Amino acid sequence: MTISDAELWTIIAVLGVGTFLIRFSFLGLIGDRKLPDWVLRHLRYTPVAVLPGLVAPLVIWPPATGGEPDLPRLLAGAATLLVGLATKSLMAAVFGGAGTLYFALYVLG
Amino acid sequence: MSAPAPRTCFWRGFRAGLPFVIVVAPFAGLFGVVATDAGLSITEVMAFSVLVIAGAAQFTALQLMTENAPTAIVLATALAVNLRMAMYSAALVPHLGSAPLGWRVVLAYFNVDQTYALSQAAYDDNPTWPVTAKVAFFLGTAIPICPMWYVFTWAGAALGTRIPPEFALDFAVPITFLALIAPALRTAAHVAAAGTSIAAALALAWMPAGLGLICAGIVAMMVGARVETWLEARA
Repeated sequence: MTISDAELWTIIAVLGVGTFLIRFSFLGLIGDRKLPDWVLRHLRYTPVAVLPGLVAPLVIWPPATGGEPDLPRLLAGAATLLVGLATKSLMAAVFGGAGTLYFALYVLG
Repeated sequence: MSAPAPRTCFWRGFRAGLPFVIVVAPFAGLFGVVATDAGLSITEVMAFSVLVIAGAAQFTALQLMTENAPTAIVLATALAVNLRMAMYSAALVPHLGSAPLGWRVVLAYFNVDQTYALSQAAYDDNPTWPVTAKVAFFLGTAIPICPMWYVFTWAGAALGTRIPPEFALDFAVPITFLALIAPALRTAAHVAAAGTSIAAALALAWMPAGLGLICAGIVAMMVGARVETWLEARA
């Protein structure tokens, strides 16, 4: 890494301020004005619209394997989702996924 | 049912956030280890985690810096990864918008994937909570999650040793997110939105980092809203 201290601190500061402004945006500017129904209808789906898209490439093309699909990680991803759907429990899903990952890495790795 | 006291909601939020310590800790520790390994000082690593407090963006920025990308590209890409939080911010408006400005500043700082997802789920289940109860719940979720982010970043940076790849810590992130998604798939509309999000994000993976995700998110929200309208019309 050849970055200078000044550039590094610029990145940290701008990223910090920029990220805060993104988080504050609507909450700060709109306040308690009522949003129209169609907007609320869309916003209801924010988490399920963003998180699956964020996670899908990481499961299918994991950076740790150089982007090559990896069976233990695919199995662990599927196990996390299935345990989560079956139990509705976050911790069960996490342990199911991590357990599957380590087991599959041990057996297949 | 009468409205619960803010203190009750704070502790409910705290208990909801507590399990995330187990998944946030390795993620934060990993950032500390990787950033130190890339040549950042412990002060720089900590400034990153305290000021930015967004794992995916921090890892993105770090990755691009190690590839010697120009500063402007590092910033644009990492901020694009965080743009999803504007959607969280908008989604919180109906619940937290009437809180005083000072509180909204504090809540905005703590508006991360986990606190948002937990709070949104609680508000959906308890739409009649007064705003004080909703603010208290949100803060409750943040207290176990966010300080652990700092503490374990520091631990990772201080240990500085390379964690062996056998531990597959890289996969702590996907497991965290998948565990958050599963309980949120409540209706056919939620499932349709999630499926669209996956398909679109994979199809748009060629776009600059973060941008494809924003597009996929917008399309998936539209699909969710449309399916909800259809289901209501048929009912």
